[in-house]
Amino acid sequence: MGYLRLYKKYLKIQLQSMMQYKSSLLLNTIGQFLVSFNVFLGIYFMMQRFHRIDGFSYEEVLLCFAVILLEFSLAECFARGFDTFSSVISNSEFDRILVRPRNEIFQVLANKIELTRVGRMLQAVVLFIYGISRSNVIWTKWRVLTVIFMIIGGTAVFSGLFLIYASLCFFTIEGLEFMNVLTDGAREYGRYPISIYGKRVLQFCTFVVPYSLIQYYPLCFLLDKNSKTWYPLLPLAACLFLLPCYGLWRLGVRHYKSVGS
Amino acid sequence: MRKYLSFFRLRFSMGLQYRAAAAAGIVTQFAWGGMEILVYRAFYRADAAAFPMTMQQVSAYIWLQQAFLALFMSWMMENEIFDGIRNGNVVYELCRPVDLYAMWFSRSMANRLSKAVLRCFPILLIAAILPDPYGMGLPVSVSAAGLFLVGMTLGLIVTVAFCMLVYGFTFFTISPDGLRIFCVSAVELLAGEILPLPFFPDGLRRIVELLPFASMQNVPLRIYSGNISGTEAIRAVGLQAFWAAALILAGRAVLNKACSRMTIQGG
Repeated sequence: MGYLRLYKKYLKIQLQSMMQYKSSLLLNTIGQFLVSFNVFLGIYFMMQRFHRIDGFSYEEVLLCFAVILLEFSLAECFARGFDTFSSVISNSEFDRILVRPRNEIFQVLANKIELTRVGRMLQAVVLFIYGISRSNVIWTKWRVLTVIFMIIGGTAVFSGLFLIYASLCFFTIEGLEFMNVLTDGAREYGRYPISIYGKRVLQFCTFVVPYSLIQYYPLCFLLDKNSKTWYPLLPLAACLFLLPCYGLWRLGVRHYKSVGS
Repeated sequence: MRKYLSFFRLRFSMGLQYRAAAAAGIVTQFAWGGMEILVYRAFYRADAAAFPMTMQQVSAYIWLQQAFLALFMSWMMENEIFDGIRNGNVVYELCRPVDLYAMWFSRSMANRLSKAVLRCFPILLIAAILPDPYGMGLPVSVSAAGLFLVGMTLGLIVTVAFCMLVYGFTFFTISPDGLRIFCVSAVELLAGEILPLPFFPDGLRRIVELLPFASMQNVPLRIYSGNISGTEAIRAVGLQAFWAAALILAGRAVLNKACSRMTIQGG
């Protein structure tokens, strides 16, 4: 059976099981929505008071927040399996995955598709449309492509971070709380263009974890702020981040010893 | 009273055992606080005149918030209590010759305090040696220090009393998830977890400051940094005392009502 067909089958099973708990689904969705709505209110209050930050207007900041939120929730939706991977290790579920004749990453991902993230995604889409319509972007073919690349690249970067988080579980069994700084922290602080945090943070976010390749630089291109013509390609370059993450995963799999319960 | 003190002591020393988790928490909270300060620095540079607090005050607010995160965070409710209510184990608690409200209250206080004690010192120490507008100095005066301690205590009591109210209402619903989500996000916004209350638009801020949520971390952190002082600070602490009493009375009433109509399905 092809991977795609198999994935669809997994998706269908999880959709059905989720639909058995409709009220829990609804509450979860509302909860996700409220949490990021609070962050939105925070931005709103700050921008009401200050109007501009580092040359970005309220609508432009919203656009920035919406893109990060969309990328993060997409990654969380489809790569949630990595996020809860510590339980797969600690209850020896991974033994079962290893003996099946399918790629192990595929199985981890397909086992847990978190569709409750719709609440967050919905909000991201609404804010995104609002930000786009209010921030006077002059649409060209390249700008449309930039948005698509940003979403692809961002989802890849966040998935890569989740993959690192999962790989570390091979060595520590438990998830490492510090990784939250890189995932949740990026979602929280990616709500403003990264340049506002100063040069050193921008450098870290360009060369160590490529956040600014999916946020600040393409955003500059979209809003036509001192950008270069090759900025739209940067989010695609950010996808290369997945390679070292995958390397760490392979290392982890080779290191794996079953806990044996 | 001695019973509840020993519940408190038991939980407190239990909480002190989780040192590795605390170390990880310290690193996370330090990174979080640092980023938060960078946000405000950027806004301060953009327009210092529009700042409702000084940068120094904001820094002190943020470091204290990170150091004492465990005391005030709304999402740190006791899963044990929620589970007990759902699966009926609460019946064992009721068999004991103790007052349920006081027992849960002292346990929650101890849990939060032990977490905070483990985590606060390294963060406070580093915050103290950071360069001037981004670090944290001593409180502005002796009276501010005194009021800060009173405000912290009352703030913790209000926070726990609010959580107790949520536990009480959980008896009336089958699944606590919905109620919990609403309460947590209300506290998150209105207590000043996301944004210190002075940054709210003025009209809204005046209303929000009267709500019980503002009597949690908002008052002590702003007293320490010198953002509120004098009679204003005393009035704020008075309001805290009022909300602490009101929430405890309300929580007791809800819990009594819940216990009087409770049915435990055998098992």
